[in-house]
Amino acid sequence: MTTAAAHHTPVPKVSTLVAVFLTLIVFTVITTLISYIDLGEWNIVVALLIAVTKACFVAWIFMGVRYTTSLTKLFVVAGLVWLSILITLTYSDYTSRNWIYQPKPWSHTNAPYFDNKAK
Amino acid sequence: MADTIVNATEDVYPPAEEVHLKHHFATPAQQMDADTLGMWTFLITEVLFFGGMFASYAVYRNLYFPAFASTSKFMNVPLGATNTAVLICSSLTMAMAVRSAQLSQRKALIRFLLLTMFFGAIFLGIKGYEYHEKWVEHLVPGFGFHYEEVQFERNAQILFFLYFAMTGMHAIHMIVGFGLLTYLVVKARKNTFTEHYFAPVEMIGLYWHFVDIVWIFLFPMLYLIGGTR
Amino acid sequence: MATIARELPEVEAEPVDYLNVEHGWKSWLFTTDHKRIAFLYLISITLMFFIGGVMAVLFRINLLEPEGIFSPEVYNRLFSMHGIVMVFFFLVPSIPATLANFLIPIMIGAKDLAFPKINLLSWYIYVVGSLFTVYAVVRGGVDTGWTFYAPYSSTYSNSYVLAAAIGVFISGFSSILTGLNFIVTVHKMRAPGMTWSRLPLFVWSNYATGLIQVLGTPVIAITLLLLAFERVARVGIFDPNIGGDPILFQHLFWFYSHPAVYIMILPGMGVISEIMACFSQKRIFGYNFVAFSSMAIAVLSFVVWGHHMFITGESLYTSVAFSFLSFMVAVPSAIKVFNWTATMYKGSVSFDTPMLYAFGFIGLFTIGGLTGLYLATLATDVATHGTYFIVAHFHYVMVGGMVMAFLGGLHFWWPKITGRMYPEAWSKFACLIIFIGFNLTFFPQFILGYLGMPRRYQSYPPEFQALNVLSTAGASVLGIGYVIPMVYFTWSMFKGPKAGNNPWNAAGLEWQIQSPPTTFNFDETPVVKEEAYNYGPLEEVVG
Repeated sequence: MTTAAAHHTPVPKVSTLVAVFLTLIVFTVITTLISYIDLGEWNIVVALLIAVTKACFVAWIFMGVRYTTSLTKLFVVAGLVWLSILITLTYSDYTSRNWIYQPKPWSHTNAPYFDNKAK
Repeated sequence: MADTIVNATEDVYPPAEEVHLKHHFATPAQQMDADTLGMWTFLITEVLFFGGMFASYAVYRNLYFPAFASTSKFMNVPLGATNTAVLICSSLTMAMAVRSAQLSQRKALIRFLLLTMFFGAIFLGIKGYEYHEKWVEHLVPGFGFHYEEVQFERNAQILFFLYFAMTGMHAIHMIVGFGLLTYLVVKARKNTFTEHYFAPVEMIGLYWHFVDIVWIFLFPMLYLIGGTR
Repeated sequence: MATIARELPEVEAEPVDYLNVEHGWKSWLFTTDHKRIAFLYLISITLMFFIGGVMAVLFRINLLEPEGIFSPEVYNRLFSMHGIVMVFFFLVPSIPATLANFLIPIMIGAKDLAFPKINLLSWYIYVVGSLFTVYAVVRGGVDTGWTFYAPYSSTYSNSYVLAAAIGVFISGFSSILTGLNFIVTVHKMRAPGMTWSRLPLFVWSNYATGLIQVLGTPVIAITLLLLAFERVARVGIFDPNIGGDPILFQHLFWFYSHPAVYIMILPGMGVISEIMACFSQKRIFGYNFVAFSSMAIAVLSFVVWGHHMFITGESLYTSVAFSFLSFMVAVPSAIKVFNWTATMYKGSVSFDTPMLYAFGFIGLFTIGGLTGLYLATLATDVATHGTYFIVAHFHYVMVGGMVMAFLGGLHFWWPKITGRMYPEAWSKFACLIIFIGFNLTFFPQFILGYLGMPRRYQSYPPEFQALNVLSTAGASVLGIGYVIPMVYFTWSMFKGPKAGNNPWNAAGLEWQIQSPPTTFNFDETPVVKEEAYNYGPLEEVVG
């Protein structure tokens, strides 16, 4: 059952909100500038990491996830897990399509048993 | 004293009308909990909704990276970055609006709601300008698409299709958010929201922040793919 | 001045219930009472079932002769619209929007669902979606199959793809809102003492269904939207001309549509749990296992979708993974079947109509489920994919399973919903007709598929005719079987004998309140002190 205190959500401090705001702006600048540096495959990794960090700040502070019940936190995590199921399993089809197992062609050198019978 | 609501733990709440308690809920706490869980569940559906497009993007970026990277020079990165900052400002003002409602500060609440709408309008204006740019440069798939780098023309169309689909969906969500904020302003002017009842402000705030989070991912994914190329 | 006292005869006022509390179309169309909304849904989905059924009758007539009577184009539209209507507009909403909508608040001791207005909105959304689909039907339908595969649907089909896709897209939101409502209701609206482990298993099943609806439906929504964009722009991300991959469409489509088939069975399993317990007068064997199985099915259903794409171009390694996971998902369903049968052991079993439907369910669902394992196996799927084997498999689970469960549940709760009893002799007769008709229709299709007859083909080689004729004959019998309950249910609402609060001597909060219930279900919030299925001497469960 719910507790009465559940809805007495603490009022966030203005300084906290402004600090998060500035952090988000800084990260936006960083991600824009880093994209002009060639890190090869790591560009996307860095960009996504920064985006995830920004999203965490918005969710944790602006959306108040830090004050929600464990059930709500579980729901948030579940949503992200399901998104990752969709992306990962779909993506894995494409990355594994080229892993076709190529059996070696039959020949005398790799089929000694047949060889013995042939003799 | 008008009939107050007392729950099992002997907490006392203001009368039902003041906290807008619906008849099928026993206490305001239950109503608030249900509203919050309901809104988060809805946001999860939105995650999966945009997720389909994120999955498509992931697959095609992997398949056609050079073509995707070549598109970045046709994206207006300064405008995109500005738009990101604009949305972050709007998230700040939205959070401040919720805070004002929690403190029963009617005038501040209205002011911050209007500021949020103002930043949202700037975002949509810049977006509209960008769409116009793309139209003039023949970068709208299916409507006279023509790509300068001919060797990537086929696959770049995929990126531009996803660009319009994802930012278009995002813009639609912003416009809906606009409508919701207007509703809040109208209600706030009638002094509907106090520290005892501010659920709609908080719920719509959650929606607005979510739309911001989507853009936080869209910006690097669509604008910053091949910065150096 | 004295008044003349008159002894007026005692007129027993008819008790007020949710049906007679208000009259007039406004009180129905603007209601927020979950019970009235459930009734509205019942009428709508019955209409859609009828439309989907008519399609089936038409193409089964076509299949009487190897050459058929329709052109291939018309035939394609018939089976496609049959699938779309039956899946999205009948099966997906069936039990959740009707029985669960009605029962969940009562079963947990609440006055209504968490969001009554959203409940009503979901019905309106459903109606709008069905109007788009009916429009598509009337204008000639789509010929893409209910699966809308690209690039045929996006580029080459000349049929009403846009209207049908929009209709399905809209109906998806109805499904999402229903699921959302159930999830929040079960978390936040349970009466004091109604812990998770005291919930009826029907509530567990519909909660699990709600999870699937919320997590899966948005993906098909965006997929159909992308398809619509591609159709309008004549280019898109599924278009091979620009490097798009049609398999991506299939991934996104089946990410929802596989869990959707579990939306189309889990509520039925919930009904069977309730019926089994009541008509064995015994608590369900292994409550925890059955509850946990519902959750396991909901979770596992999301990681098996690739088994629909084994032969269309998916990578071999991904296929192996999906095959393995598809075997896993069969396990919780099997656990339930064993637990239901164990429930009957040493129980006091009676053979009323709901129980007959439950028996039918267990037998037919088991056959359907086991044949699913053939399809999960890569090697046999290569031979049977795209044949009538698949058609038979999914009809066994969806019709032999879910529709039987739906009918069983309707019969079980009919006295509660309407306060009237249906005629028992007719109901048993109809159940028998349905069972015979169903098996006659679909068992030959297993054989046809195994012999190699492809599905979705307007004509077939002459050697398959005998089995096809049997199948069509069965379909006629089945159709008659479905009409009979529609007639006697309608009759019973006006002329049926009044039923008491608990004609079945069942346990559960819904049987403690009057039939039909009042608008707010309970006079006082119940306090729950007993476990679920507290059979034996029926003690007070309401405090």
